[in-house]
Amino acid sequence: MATTNRPLSPHLQVYKPQLTSVLSILHRGTGVALAVGTLLLIYWLAAAANGPESFAQAQGLIGSWIGRLLLFGWTFALFYHLCNGIRHLFWDGGYGLELPDVYRSGWMVVIGSFALTIVSWLFGYFGGGL
Amino acid sequence: MSLRSPIGLVRGLGSAKEGVSHWWSQRLTAIALVPLTLWFAAAIAGHVDADHAAMTAWMSSPITAALFILLIVATFYHAYLGLQVVIEDYVHSEGLKIASVILIKGACIVLALIGVLSVLTLLFEG
Repeated sequence: MATTNRPLSPHLQVYKPQLTSVLSILHRGTGVALAVGTLLLIYWLAAAANGPESFAQAQGLIGSWIGRLLLFGWTFALFYHLCNGIRHLFWDGGYGLELPDVYRSGWMVVIGSFALTIVSWLFGYFGGGL
Repeated sequence: MSLRSPIGLVRGLGSAKEGVSHWWSQRLTAIALVPLTLWFAAAIAGHVDADHAAMTAWMSSPITAALFILLIVATFYHAYLGLQVVIEDYVHSEGLKIASVILIKGACIVLALIGVLSVLTLLFEG
């Protein structure tokens, strides 16, 4: 078979980004980011198990401005992946597959993940323990 | 000649000879992670400024420890399945693909193990 350098599908750069495609890519992106974020969770737990000194160091690292910035990004990634994951589960069940529904649920995911991110940070700063 | 019907021969299998088990496991862990993630986010937001004493006091509860262990196991299982698909989509060299999938699986097992053992250490310390 002759091999040529024809452009192959899906040839993404010719398409205008749409809510559907952007949210789809973001789902995968946040998934990978969260997998990297598990390193912080395990470090945090291991530091706590290791003793007060290591835990104070870990809390200091996470509490620094760069730590907070990363944590804010991961909070959004977590809530986005959660909300869009629920959207995917509805699709798997055969619900919400009509195009207007897909756009409606897409915007709900965007609003929901921003709202949950902000609420959890407000709770983190001003709320009590749980 | 097989007496099984054509549908019986292919049902639940497919080209990978494992049927829908990967897809199904990804969904089950996703469903489990919905309540676990909500608990985790609320719990972490309530413990952002915890010192070691507060942390051990919190983790000395078997309920907290159990929820953390469930979260860790479901998360790493879900992450492994997801990362495997990402690698299979973008890594086209067969050798590198297999090596990366094995590496990711190993990393997930090691991290999950460290996480679970840390939770148990805190549980029995408190």
